[in-house]
Formats: sequence, C-alpha cells, structure tokens
Amino acid sequence: MNAIYDFSILTAWIHQWLSGLMEPTAVMITEMVIIGTILILFVAAMGLVLVLAERKVAAFFQLRLGPNRVGPWGILQTLADFLKLLTKELITTKSADKFLYNLAPFIVMITPFLALGVIPFAPGLQIMDLNIGVFFITAVSSMGVLGILIGGWASNNKYSLIGGMRSAAMVVSYELSVTLAIMTMVILTGTLSMSEIVNSQADGWWIIKGHIPALIAFIIYLIASTAETNRGPFDLAEAESELTAGFHTEYGGIKFAFFFLSEFVNMLIVSSIATVIFFGGWMPFHLPFEWATGFNHIMDFIPGIVWGFGKVTFIIFLMMWFRWTFPRLRIDQILNLEWKYLLPMNLINFLLMSLIALTGFYL
Amino acid sequence: MQAELISKEGTQEYFVNMGPQHPSTHGVLRLLLTLDGEIIRKVEPHIGYVHRSIEKMAEFDTYKQIVHLTDRLDYLSAHMNNEAVALLVENALQIEVSDRVKVIRTIMNELTRLGSHQLWWGVIGMDMGAITTFLYAFRDRELINDIMEETTGARLTMNYNTPGGLMFDLHHNFQKQVKDYLKFFKTKLPEYDQLLSGNVIFTERTKGVGKLSLADAISYGVTGPSGRASGFSCDVRKTQPYSAYDRVKFNEILMVEGDSFARYQSRVNEMWESISIIEQLIDNIPEGPIMAPMKAVVKLPKGEFYQRVETARGEFGVYVVSDGNKTPYRVKFRSPGFSNLSVLDHISRGHKIADLVAIMSTLDLVIPDIDR
Repeated sequence: MNAIYDFSILTAWIHQWLSGLMEPTAVMITEMVIIGTILILFVAAMGLVLVLAERKVAAFFQLRLGPNRVGPWGILQTLADFLKLLTKELITTKSADKFLYNLAPFIVMITPFLALGVIPFAPGLQIMDLNIGVFFITAVSSMGVLGILIGGWASNNKYSLIGGMRSAAMVVSYELSVTLAIMTMVILTGTLSMSEIVNSQADGWWIIKGHIPALIAFIIYLIASTAETNRGPFDLAEAESELTAGFHTEYGGIKFAFFFLSEFVNMLIVSSIATVIFFGGWMPFHLPFEWATGFNHIMDFIPGIVWGFGKVTFIIFLMMWFRWTFPRLRIDQILNLEWKYLLPMNLINFLLMSLIALTGFYL
Repeated sequence: MQAELISKEGTQEYFVNMGPQHPSTHGVLRLLLTLDGEIIRKVEPHIGYVHRSIEKMAEFDTYKQIVHLTDRLDYLSAHMNNEAVALLVENALQIEVSDRVKVIRTIMNELTRLGSHQLWWGVIGMDMGAITTFLYAFRDRELINDIMEETTGARLTMNYNTPGGLMFDLHHNFQKQVKDYLKFFKTKLPEYDQLLSGNVIFTERTKGVGKLSLADAISYGVTGPSGRASGFSCDVRKTQPYSAYDRVKFNEILMVEGDSFARYQSRVNEMWESISIIEQLIDNIPEGPIMAPMKAVVKLPKGEFYQRVETARGEFGVYVVSDGNKTPYRVKFRSPGFSNLSVLDHISRGHKIADLVAIMSTLDLVIPDIDR
C-alpha cells in the first residue's frame, strides 16, 4: 500500500547497479562511503535547521521576530553562524589537559551518529536494521555524557567541572527512566528491532493501542529524555545564569559548535526514538477499529517520510515549548524528581503494562 | 591552610569567583564563593567595580546639580532618588511646594516603581532559566519608558525633580496615556502570575530558600520589599509620608515567611498597590504652579539634614552636612542595595549555587547603587 514511497527499492537498485560495476568488497566500501557522506550531510543540515527552528520558536514565544536578516526569513542565519565558528581560531587553554580537551567534542559528536544508524525515518530509510536496535540505542546514547564529563574536567575550569559533574549525575539517573519507559513499550512490541517495532504498529500506534500505561510511559520518556539531552528546564549542565556556560565555558570555534550541534542532534534522536516506539515511526495514523477502514485508507496516501519527520518535528516542538516556558530546576530537585517520583512511577507502570500484556487488555 | 578547608566528610572546599563578569550578578558585582561541592559555605561580596565617587563629586556641586548625580545611583529608581534631594532642600529651606507638584511627583514615583519591579520580574525569570519572562517584562516596561520619555524627555534618568518643584509641566496627553497604560497593564499582570508565581518549578525553587528572619532583617537594615517580606514594617511612604502619600489609600505589603518566594510575592503585590495609587491620583491632579519661588543660588543653612524616601529597593537616605555654602560640606547616601547585599552571606550559607542566584535575584540588587 505504501510501496510507492518505499526507499528500499531505490537502495536495492543502487546496490544492484554497483554490483554490476565492481567487486563485492569494493561495493561494500563504496556504499559505506556514500552512507557516511549522506549521514554527515544529514546531521549538518538537521543541525542547522533545528538551530534556526529553535530560534524561530523561541522568538514566537517571546514576541520577537527572531533571525530575519540573512536570507529570506533569516534561513541562512545559522549557516552564517556556522561558517563563522568554522573559521575561528582553535584555542586550547594553557592549563587544559590538551588531549582530553580536544577529544571531548568528538565524543559528543560521534555518539549521535551511532544512534542515527538504527533509526528508521521512512520505509527503507534505515542504515542498519539491528535485531537489538533499542538496546543499541540506549547503549550508545548514554556515551554522549562521557564527552561532557571529559570536556568539563579537561577544561580545568571550576565552572566547567561543576557543569560536567551535574551533567553526569543527571544523565546517569535519567538513563534509567528512559530505558524503563522504552522497556515498558517493548513488552507490547515483543521485539527490539526498530523496523519490526514500526511494522507492529501498522494497525495503530502503540500510544493508542497501549492506552493508559503507554501514555504514562510516553510522558515519563519525554521528561527523562529532555533531561538526558541537557535541555531546559533540565539544562543545568550549562545553566547560563549560574555557571556562565557550564561544561563548554572554555570551548570556542568549531569545538564549541560540536557541543552546540550535538545538543540538537540528540534532540532529533530522542524524538525519533519516541516516534518509532510510541507513534509508529513512519506509519500513518491508523485507528485499530473496524469502522475506521475508510479513514485508515485515506491516511495511507500521505508518504511515510512525511509521517516520520512530521511526528519527529512535533515532539521537537514540544521540547522547545518546555524550554522556553519553564524555569530551570535545581540539581537536588532534579535528582529527587528522578529517584523519588519518576522511577517508582516507572516501575509501577512497568508492572501495569505487564498485566495488560498478559491479560490482552490492549487494542 | 589546606587542612582547614577539609570538612568533616573529607571533602575539600574550593573557591569560585562569581563575577565581576557573570550573567546573574547583573552588573559588576564580584562574589567570592567558598563551596563544598554544590553547597555554599561562604559568600564574600567584593564591591567597587563601578565606584564613581558620587558622594565626593556631590561636595563640589550645587544642590540643584546633586539631583542629577542621584539618578546614577539606582538607575531604576531615578525619579525617587531625585526626589530625595529635592525634598531635603525644600525641607531645609522650609519651602512649601504646591499640591500639583506633590501629586505629579507621587504619580511619577509609582510609575518608576512599576517599571523597576517589571524589570526585576523579567530578570528573576531569566536567572531561574525562563528567558521568556524577560521579554514579556520588557514589553510592558517599554511603554512606561515611553511615558517617561514624553513627559520628562528621558527614558531612564529622568531628572524631572528639582529643588522647589518640577523641571516643567505635564504635557496635555499625560493623563490619557497613563490611564491607557494602566488599563493595558492590568490585563498583563495576571499573566505574570500564570507564568511564574503559579509555576511549580518556580515555587519549589524559591519557597524556603534564603530565609531571613525579622530580627535579622532589622539588624542588617534590609528595607523595601525584601525587608517587608520578613515582616519588617519599613515603608517610608507609610511611616513618614512625603509628597502626596498621606492622601492616598494603599496597603503596606507585609509577609511573614521571609523566604525568596515571599520577597517575590511582596514585589508582585506592590505592583498592584502602585497601580491603585496612580489610579487614585491620576484623575484629580490639582492646578497650581509647578515651581515654588526659589533663589537662583540655593544655600542651605549651617547644620545637618537627612531625608529619606522609599525607592523600589527600599529606604534611600540623603544625609547632608552644610556649612552654609552653596555646595554641601559632606554628602552621604544611604543606599538600600548596600544593606540588602550585606545580608546575602547570612541567608545563602548552606544553600546550593542555584539558590544563590535565586536569593540574589529576589534581593533585587542594583550594583551602581551599592558602589556609588
């Protein structure tokens, strides 16, 4: 039904064409290079778009216009900013641990790339369909904090150190909630493979089929993943009004840009995971009822890529909405929220979901 | 030295310089923090980065000129500061200004107070990490600045008061402009409550943080909304009414909690009181001269004079020692910010770094007022 929009036809055709030209090993290497290039371009483009979107959304909330000088509606503003950061001199402060200081930006930038590898954005638009996709994502997404911690430590600045420690304390805690919320949904899906999770939602999204526990899991996931990406109201790793710029106080130029971009790419990733697990990935909006077949059929006409990115955009907008509305929490309040409220709630929700799955009380 | 710093738990205390260039010290205040992890053990304010020796400069200026120096102290309460000097000279020379002057001064005072509290409200949100409030506050404050600009010619440092009266009369559109503004702002003030006062994160971060007891408030001399939040009845407008404050009805906002949230609430409530004061006066500004007859060169009789007014931050006092010349022998400004800053160390010990920002914000410090 959705076949005309399937990207696997295109990729299979490219693979066939390349196989006719060269050796299997050379084909594999060529394909790797192509995918790598596309991934880098995609991340760079998404980073620029998201930064602009963030500024425009912020402007919308704050009765401002936002960037509007470079290009029409300021669409080239982030590109100009990026070029400026790219051409700036690379500075390593004198008292910094030089190796770690320079390593940290790369770590925070590489982990989003790893996570992007298993996310299906549209039918066939997935780099690698691991059978433990969910597990892989939870594993690599927690590596980003290493970069923040290393950056905070190696800068040899007390503000950076406090920021790095805060971030570590926070991410380690919230990792639990993110994983448990995802696991709650895995009870329903019965698989860890991202593409199979999407396929299991052909007749309706899990957030509808799994009703109450799924909704609770989604809310917990949204809160915890906002904390995991270090965004407001949980942005106390960089807490501008307390720690000037937190862990990246001493970074400038493109190294700073890496930290800055990684925040937005991480936001893209957590939104994509939420989309895949709760909102059916690229699956159109289907109602799991008999009478809704006509409606479901109409929804099929919207391409999967529009559904995929549409839902991701919506969740990103939700996260921006938080950021520009709420004040920041304090470090002990953040840890209390996780260990005293979210985690117990999550465990109860996990049991509830198990019960529902056992009794078959889901749609 | 090292041994002293190691606490019971075996952790080592360390120092952090907060400021002079720091986003939440709002100016050039330098705080030397002694921290144990995230917990504050000691706060040492180091001031003087914008010291301009205004008190010394005032010794070489005539009394009419001193007025213009005072708006560089607490620039957000410029009009009230000006009035303090004007009142001092008037009282010393026993000049009676007309009712019109008194009423206009009161209205302008309250407009300035509104503007100051609006800015504070925006800034506290920003310090807490909600940048949106800052823009909302500036939207509202901009219109007050417009009124000031049209009435006095300046948006921030008004210099509208002068010993003996006002620089010039109101423009014919003033009453309509102010009434329009109040109508507009009364719809926006509940929005402030929705955005911050009702926000659970905000209340969690301010309730019980930086508790200041009544006894401490009195002994440190914390005045203004910060002092009244601890239950210290110190509103000069009530205790020693000047200008037209004795003919308007308003409540002195008193709280008992003394924490950051009480300080926050006392300011938000004060905005409502300011609106009510302006509303009582705006429709009946009496006719009269805007300037009492004064000599061209003002000379104060020999002696000591003190005048206090209530600015947006607390009690502002001007103390003048005169030897009978046209310039004062010695001038001392009692600035509210200085006393309010002195309590910072006392109330922020044992709290987290994030709390320090909240406490500093609710004390509403203006650094040029502290340094002078």
